[in-house]
Amino acid sequence: MSLLAEERKGFSPVGALAGARQALALVPVAMAFGIVYGMLARQAGLTTAEAGLMSSLVFAGGSQLVAIQMWTTPLPVISIILTTLVINLRHLLMGAALYPWLSQLPRWERYVSAFFMVDESWALAVRARARGEQDAAFLMGSGMVLFVTWVSATLVGQVVGAIVADPAHWGLDFVSTAVFVALLVAMRQGRANLLPWLTAAAVAIAVWHFVPGKWYILLGGLTGSLVGAWQDGN
Amino acid sequence: MEINLIPFVTILGMAAATYATRVGGLWLMGQVRPTRRVEAWLGHIPGAILIAIVAPAIVEGGLPAALAALATGLAAWRTGNLFVAMAVGVVAVWGARLLLGFLP
Repeated sequence: MSLLAEERKGFSPVGALAGARQALALVPVAMAFGIVYGMLARQAGLTTAEAGLMSSLVFAGGSQLVAIQMWTTPLPVISIILTTLVINLRHLLMGAALYPWLSQLPRWERYVSAFFMVDESWALAVRARARGEQDAAFLMGSGMVLFVTWVSATLVGQVVGAIVADPAHWGLDFVSTAVFVALLVAMRQGRANLLPWLTAAAVAIAVWHFVPGKWYILLGGLTGSLVGAWQDGN
Repeated sequence: MEINLIPFVTILGMAAATYATRVGGLWLMGQVRPTRRVEAWLGHIPGAILIAIVAPAIVEGGLPAALAALATGLAAWRTGNLFVAMAVGVVAVWGARLLLGFLP
């Protein structure tokens, strides 16, 4: 009983500070990534306010980079929102992993904490929890450091992007493709990726060729991942 | 401080969708455990989405893009550094376009 009460109280500035301190190590990478995002957002035609707003409200780098790819005129609103949803579905699993910890918190602390759950803060929190961290504010603390970094880096990137007048002339239109290729290399798990990735590529190219708009991203991603799930189940 | 209506609505929609996934895990998973197949599916989504963006982009970009993607991939594999790989990709596409006469 006393143990339970103690766990309930485990949401303090001390815990948040512990999380913030550990997140500092990730600031350089998040900073660089945010600058790239800000630059690409600029290229895609977002205003500084729009890019900053997206970073502060969405706060999910991967899906923001993808949304920027889809940012054409007229804006494909529905396919951007749906694609964002699908990319971020992985948060369901991340949230589930932290459920035993966060479910002990009062509602508002839980809902605020959830906002600060990004890949990096989640990974830090899971590790900290495994090492015996009791204070659930850890997640929020590390997420806040990443949030400030991400939003300010976005604005820096916007400024940098404004300086480069003709990005394609310098090959800078290739930045997003290069980032995605590098991310894919980091994500690869050998043969398990072969079939889902080939399927995603084939479907995406076919849909891109025949269907106007940006649906190829969502459709390619969905079929590829479903083939992956089917493959893993067998 | 310029925010246009349609982008604003899009950003709000993205934010709502993303926050729903963040809270949804805490909500749903208290009630039901995801099956292994669902977990596998969710795990495959990010890679499949990235491939679905990259593959048509390379087809559209032609030979310079294909060569630069290859160079980027090799750099990422050898160095494990996202930003080195990115720089290699940009330089490679610039060089390939120049050499192949594709320079815009």
